[in-house]
Amino acid sequence: MTIQKTNRRNFLKLAAAAGGGLWLGFNWSSTDATPIKIATNAEATSSALIDFNGYLSISPDGVITIFSPNPEVGQNIKTTFPMIVADELDADWAKVKVLQAPLDSTKFERQVTGGSGAIPHSWERLRKAGATARHMLVEAASKKLNASVSELTTDKSFVIHAGSGRKLSYGELASEAMNVPVPTEVKLKDRKDFKLIGKLIPNVDNHEMITGKPLYGLDFYREGMLFAMIQRPTAFGMKIKTADLTAIKAMPGIVDVVTFKNNVAIVGKSTWQVMKARKKLKVDYEPEGKLESTEDHNRIFKELLESKDAAVKRKDGDVDAAFSKAAKVITREYQCPFLPHNTMEPMNFFAHVREDGVELIGPTQTPDLARTETAKLLGIPPEKVTVNMTRLGGGFGRRLKADYATEAAELSSIIKAPVKVIWTREDDMMGGYYRPAVRYRFSAALDDKGNMIGYKLRGAGINAGNSTREDNFPAGAVDNLLIESIEHQSPITSCPWRAPITNFLAYAEQSFLDEVAGEAKQDPVQFRLNLLQKAKQSPVGAMKYDVDRMIGVTKLAAEKANWGKKNDVFQGFSVYFSHRSYVAQVAEVAMVQGKPVLKKIFAAADCGIVVNLSGSYQQVRGGIIDGLGHAMFGNLTFNAGAVQQNNFNNYRLIKFKEVPEIEVDFVDNGIDPTGLGEPALPPTGGAVANALFKATGKRIYEQPFIKQEGMGDVNISRNL
Amino acid sequence: MAQYNLQINNRTYTVDAEPDTPLLWILRDNLGLVGTKYGCGIAQCGACTVHSNGNAVRSCVLPVSAAAKSKITTIEGLSEKGDHPVQQAWAEVDVPQCGYCQAGQIMSAAALLSKNPEPTTAQIETAMNGNICRCGTYHRIQEAIVLASSKIK
Ligand code: FES
Ligand code: FES
Repeated sequence: MTIQKTNRRNFLKLAAAAGGGLWLGFNWSSTDATPIKIATNAEATSSALIDFNGYLSISPDGVITIFSPNPEVGQNIKTTFPMIVADELDADWAKVKVLQAPLDSTKFERQVTGGSGAIPHSWERLRKAGATARHMLVEAASKKLNASVSELTTDKSFVIHAGSGRKLSYGELASEAMNVPVPTEVKLKDRKDFKLIGKLIPNVDNHEMITGKPLYGLDFYREGMLFAMIQRPTAFGMKIKTADLTAIKAMPGIVDVVTFKNNVAIVGKSTWQVMKARKKLKVDYEPEGKLESTEDHNRIFKELLESKDAAVKRKDGDVDAAFSKAAKVITREYQCPFLPHNTMEPMNFFAHVREDGVELIGPTQTPDLARTETAKLLGIPPEKVTVNMTRLGGGFGRRLKADYATEAAELSSIIKAPVKVIWTREDDMMGGYYRPAVRYRFSAALDDKGNMIGYKLRGAGINAGNSTREDNFPAGAVDNLLIESIEHQSPITSCPWRAPITNFLAYAEQSFLDEVAGEAKQDPVQFRLNLLQKAKQSPVGAMKYDVDRMIGVTKLAAEKANWGKKNDVFQGFSVYFSHRSYVAQVAEVAMVQGKPVLKKIFAAADCGIVVNLSGSYQQVRGGIIDGLGHAMFGNLTFNAGAVQQNNFNNYRLIKFKEVPEIEVDFVDNGIDPTGLGEPALPPTGGAVANALFKATGKRIYEQPFIKQEGMGDVNISRNL
Repeated sequence: MAQYNLQINNRTYTVDAEPDTPLLWILRDNLGLVGTKYGCGIAQCGACTVHSNGNAVRSCVLPVSAAAKSKITTIEGLSEKGDHPVQQAWAEVDVPQCGYCQAGQIMSAAALLSKNPEPTTAQIETAMNGNICRCGTYHRIQEAIVLASSKIK
């Protein structure tokens, strides 16, 4: 049993709602601070609430309500967070109600979905919240039953006195529990006593989702609201020259047509009327900057890889000396294109700018940014902006940008009406903020025994920022190492895309190491294990990863896939650490009638304690399918600043028939949990490329794979 | 503008609309039946799938003038309590991630099973390949269809 010191300041009994019950506020940002007095009910409902933010309430009828502060994009946080509270509370999960909290930056510290960071941030806070409430309920029961606390146990929202066979429900105890002082210390459960954590718990919104209830931004409707679409420049680097708006102003259902910045907004009474009118819109554009094409980027990459201006991100040992005395030097380059996020629900936001404040409602991964950017744009204090989050039909990083929310606010302020701005799929795919295009050059120096004595990586990106992760593997395992990054700034806008940078860097690195292992005449898994051993015995410089955990997933994946012992398939290996978690994968390719078929991927993941087994399987499988689909097919190209793909007829997403069998295993080590929304994606491309190499003898150096020589025939199937 | 009588989920709705308005936008904007989703508008993703006389169709390309001739079922009308065998299977298998594509997936699966209660793997693949799930829930969709099939039997 872990005893957790809680200071009183972190918990606050809130004024009970009409009808009584236990209300507990808990501080998500709990740090050590001097205890303060417990707020009275009156204080709790006023300013004293400010530091206290998560809510847990138990009403006399036994309903337990937990507010979930983070945006839900499909990462399952709305189920996972409350599970953690409920487990420590020993609540009857069937009676727990989960509500999405609105943006409240005075109460919640990290209302962001991104970076797989929510679970590591909140794990302990959530457990303490549940354990604190449980403690207060048990104290209340002890008084009522006239039994000592040590004689009482809890289960399924009941406090039980085994000696007498009596039991009291949490609902019955809720009001008395309100009078129990908030404890300064609470016992947290032993891992073996978890009842929900680690189980397959279905999504709390399943019923709403499968019966078609309004949940998403696009579903939001309010009486009197107008619908709008925005014609943005057709190419990056263009601005409006002239716009002829008269014809469409007269079209049925159109209320207004206005221009702002380089946008033409068509405002009407229904989506279709706006879409129809838009087809008649005539806008001429002229260049205001560079109009870049994919060919320009290909040339720019070459220049950047030769440039003298790259930033050194890390340097260990004497790289030049290592390379000059090497028995063998291997140099390879890898390139990936821009990618759109293609959330299934396109961008949209509702905004109502009134005299007294602004209301924003919609799908966002970062509601606080929507608020601050809107406030800045309109020149009003942030407190005047409220943001409510709908469920998100996917995020993948795109909704870490607030452009589509502020745009809606700007339009509402111009037309002085409540309006929802809707992006078509074409707007969404052409409207910017992509995974940046990157080209990497790797070099390895091997001595005559096949040891990697030198390693160089230079990342060249288009609006990619630092395109390397300099403290990740193999840093720490190589004595002489140089990591550099350089970027070209382009009018084509980029932003984080699920597993930013590592979504491609991992493929490139793991493909390269595979090739180096081959040159060193070593088994690819053993080659990595040797490097990891070296990093363990004589680590070089700073390392972000834990060597033992990386070894753990490497061995587990190899064992599960029966690595190197199968005759009927060609196996490829990859292992990657990202967002605090570790995932290794083995891909298996069979040759069927002379053509490669990707049949199966094994994944071994270490994210510490698995909180929700059902959601975790989804995140690993989903991440693999995402990584696979985009490595195989994803390609966004440009001609004179204009995107050349605009919908699913010319941009290929992975489909039902195209997924291999996927087997997932988790390392069971009891370490506090880390995130899983991203870490399964990065290793996939490398594992698949390495298996395809074994099957076909061809290395793949660029995405999308199917465009590469000899790869057009690759089939993916779990059923072939 | 013209007036149409639509048979949707065993009710009759009268709407005023331009004849080329896709059924998708009638459902969403005029009738408030927002369970049917917009994903691409060009019959490429399946998010907008509804039943027209029992067949799975893409409502984003079905003009209201054509829809008025048939019996339409949307996700809201698939069952009264959300307990159609396909919906039950979806909940039991815990299929959704973001959930946005799932109404379309369920409607495609329900249409398949109503015609072919015991589909082969290949038949499931063919029926479902037009429904994109960006979150990658495909394995569980297949699992849920097999489970629903066993419930129907
Ligand atoms: S919205 Fe109809 S198929 Fe995509
Ligand atoms: S569940 Fe998100 S698109 Fe299918």
